[in-house]
Amino acid sequence: MDRAANRSTPNGVVAVGIEDDVFIVGGGIAGMTAALAAAEAGASARLATKKQSTLRQASGLADVLGYVNGDLVVDPFEKIQTLPAEHPYSIVGESAIRAGLARFDRVTGDTYRGSHTDRNALVPTHGGTVKPTARYPESVAAGLGSDDRDMLLAGFDGLVDFDAPAAAAHLEATGVPFDTRGVTVTFPLDFEPDAKKTRFAHALDIDEGDVRGRLADRIAKVHENEPRIGLPAVLGTDEHRRIRTELANTLDADVFEVPTGPPSLPGIRLEGVYLSALRDAGVEIVRNEVVDFERSGKRITSVTVDRNGQRIPHAASSFVLATGGLVGTGLISDREAVREPVFDCHIQVPEDREDWYERDLYGEQPYAKFGVSVDEQLRPQTVGGEPEFENLRAAGSVLGGFDFPASGSGTGISLATGSLAGRLAGEEAT
Amino acid sequence: MPDATEVLVIGGGSTGTGLVRDLARRGIDATLVESGTLASGTTGRMHGLLHSGARYAVSDPESARECISENAILRDIAGHCIEPTGGLFVKRPEDSESYFDDKVTACRDCDIPVEVLSGEDARSIEPALDPSVERAIAVPDAAIDPFRLCVANAVDAENHGARIETHAEVVDLKVEDGAVVGAVIAQDPKSGDTETASDSARETILADHVVNAAGAWAGQIAGLADIEVAVRPSKGAMTVLNSRPVDTVINRCRPKGDADIVVPHETTAILGTTDVEVADPDAYAEAQWEVDLLIEELSELVPGIRDARTVRSYWGVRPLYEPPETGTDDPSDITRNYFVLDHKSRDDTAGLTTIVGGKLTTYRLMAEAVGDHVCDKLGIDARSDTASAPLPGSEHPGDIEAAMDRFGLRSPIARRSAERLGSRTEDVLAKVDPNPVVCNCEAVTRAEIQDAIEGTGPDLNAIRIRTRASMGNCQGGRCGHRLAAELHPTFDEPTAREALDELREERWKGQRHALWGVQLSQAMLNDAHFRTTLNEDRDPARTGESVDWAAFDDGSGGKPVDTKRGGGRGD
Repeated sequence: MDRAANRSTPNGVVAVGIEDDVFIVGGGIAGMTAALAAAEAGASARLATKKQSTLRQASGLADVLGYVNGDLVVDPFEKIQTLPAEHPYSIVGESAIRAGLARFDRVTGDTYRGSHTDRNALVPTHGGTVKPTARYPESVAAGLGSDDRDMLLAGFDGLVDFDAPAAAAHLEATGVPFDTRGVTVTFPLDFEPDAKKTRFAHALDIDEGDVRGRLADRIAKVHENEPRIGLPAVLGTDEHRRIRTELANTLDADVFEVPTGPPSLPGIRLEGVYLSALRDAGVEIVRNEVVDFERSGKRITSVTVDRNGQRIPHAASSFVLATGGLVGTGLISDREAVREPVFDCHIQVPEDREDWYERDLYGEQPYAKFGVSVDEQLRPQTVGGEPEFENLRAAGSVLGGFDFPASGSGTGISLATGSLAGRLAGEEAT
Repeated sequence: MPDATEVLVIGGGSTGTGLVRDLARRGIDATLVESGTLASGTTGRMHGLLHSGARYAVSDPESARECISENAILRDIAGHCIEPTGGLFVKRPEDSESYFDDKVTACRDCDIPVEVLSGEDARSIEPALDPSVERAIAVPDAAIDPFRLCVANAVDAENHGARIETHAEVVDLKVEDGAVVGAVIAQDPKSGDTETASDSARETILADHVVNAAGAWAGQIAGLADIEVAVRPSKGAMTVLNSRPVDTVINRCRPKGDADIVVPHETTAILGTTDVEVADPDAYAEAQWEVDLLIEELSELVPGIRDARTVRSYWGVRPLYEPPETGTDDPSDITRNYFVLDHKSRDDTAGLTTIVGGKLTTYRLMAEAVGDHVCDKLGIDARSDTASAPLPGSEHPGDIEAAMDRFGLRSPIARRSAERLGSRTEDVLAKVDPNPVVCNCEAVTRAEIQDAIEGTGPDLNAIRIRTRASMGNCQGGRCGHRLAAELHPTFDEPTAREALDELREERWKGQRHALWGVQLSQAMLNDAHFRTTLNEDRDPARTGESVDWAAFDDGSGGKPVDTKRGGGRGD
């Protein structure tokens, strides 16, 4: 669907441009969702992503709304009405949230669970508490906190991110309705002292040195007939189903994963699932950074990506900004200001840097809510409340007005706003 | 029965730990009590400079001479705490020519070896220096790890029979017949010695002599015996960069002023400092202008500082003191000398000595002076040997390389461990196998953490200062919960959890002064990890909240399982 077009840049250089209906800046869950929604609306879509996705940093769980004012939420849809007007959920409404989740369920198919109910699930964390989430990988499904079967947690000596005996003791302290025991087994292979989780996953993927069978044997020695066994989420990337099945069969118990910190295997797997959905939908992916754009009045006409020093323009009818927040470098800052670096959209922050944070680590951090403010069409607004551009929409963590760590809503916001921004951009462009 | 000791030392900073070591090595039964962790007051909140003395050569030659003499001694006895970076005093065009020349002369008069360099020569040593730097004086400054230094002193003291109590706050001094005879101590349960913070956690320690080495808090301690010691606490800000734009200590060559020093430290550099008198060493403003001033002013010496990543800022309080009636206004004009106050002759209260003023570089000398004074008071004839006896970790400096070879310690991780542990490397690393990295930023392994736990109990901030774990870029974002897990099962899970919460709080305290640029993004990433992935902030075990488990999705009623036993409840 590419349309090559000769374009004249202001400095007189004629470049062969590439033109699409919708161009999405950002390859996280919001950008990928927007690209799929645009494609579904019949538009040609192209997505630029400059580096590894932040999905590798996330747990791989899909939160919609876990807490409101600090209170644990059972059903996110019962609480959305209570959110303030500037919250992205209030702007897009319940139907957009449901549409976003429905798209997630279609993309992830049987690799994720939780779509059978609006209620949150409580998933064990690698630190040993539980956290609420709306959708969870199939690999963690047997570990839910509301399932009353007893649990064995098994960690690996040498994998310091998950200490199973400590996590089990902590889980007991949360009051879970089952008994938990934690053991540490020695992983059958010797790795470097700073081996990443992906190293463990790779070894299991290729069954290096018969590691799967040997690991199962070691766990079997300490297994006392608990009906379910939790392991750190390193059980393979491509072969994770087979690995889990083999372990379950040998141990005669359900085997589940406990999500960990980065790099996150469930996050990497989720990214893989989305990339294949993008491929199926015909979305082109540009693995370069957007460094510039051109405008004509209130419309963006093209963005320029940097490909090894070469500047390549990409024209499109509509654009979606999904570059992430402070974590994903969608927002950058210095000692004076916070900026949105791609289109320089307005970001409102307190003048005095001392007002950017609360003294309490777990307070409502003002910086967590930094981001673009948008109208009901998700168009970023100027300080005067006008659209920055007629054909630019924003989705995901680049949006302001919500604190995703405090509210447990990061993925849900990305799904809801990505879906809506992508659909509106696609409809506008075609 | 109250405990009894010959000498009770109050304060676990460099002076207190130096003193308890000095006394213990003289064969005196000594006990040290510290309200927080070792070095948690001023000692651990300075810029980590081992002075050559050049800074004081013009204004205070006596202090300068002490510095260069102690500088040489510490290189011998505490090599594993010191990085011999060297230092430069650099002059910009607007800085006084005559002061520069006076500095050179004064240093030579104080026996401080100096070399005058052209701007070009200075930049060949430190390419990051500003092109406008005209001249520089090379001096034997160095970087010193004050935490490691205090711990080494405390360990050596214990090896010689001393008792060290941290999280032990002096709540009263016992005075009988006009003499101080001991102190009442409140033990925090974190010390691991007590079950609860009840009355039973109060302990009286009787002593033949009490030494008040509480630094900026010395006035408060003396006040417990109704004695006035007018400490003039002065705060100074320090900002930590995540990298080392320079490998040499850079000082600005001007008479006095804020924001005039950069000290490279391990993987970081520390910018210092400011000098503002405060009323209360526990409550003062940590002002944004101080951080901005450090960055702006020091960028004039090293331009790369302007856009460098800062990971945190912290403030320390100098325990400045001058005799009553001196009446100096500007805290930067108050002498950096130390004073040994004999309260018998000064205030007619026997049994108590206060040591105030001074600086880290001369801690050993101060300790020796107080040790001599106490021996005199107690009629003990024993000499100090601390000027020649190496600290634990520095006994066999030549052996470290050989030990690293023997252990195959050639990886960058092992090298970092060996730098921190010195001659204890083999002993510590041999205990744990496998020995994974727990803190990636600072390359700290399980063996070092476990070794520190043996020495500290369940206090992650104390473990932090011994190992540097959680002191890197992510400020404990990735390793905090791992450190807590290392406490378990030696300590129970709630204890480990509380220790983690305290570490988080301490790390946040400094980090919140560096919330811009990459570090603001890091803070957001940490938020996501702590509050989303780990859910520490709403953890039912911490909040005590009772969860209605049955109200949530238990996995039943979902999609069919894809493996024999892949997920959900099989029934």
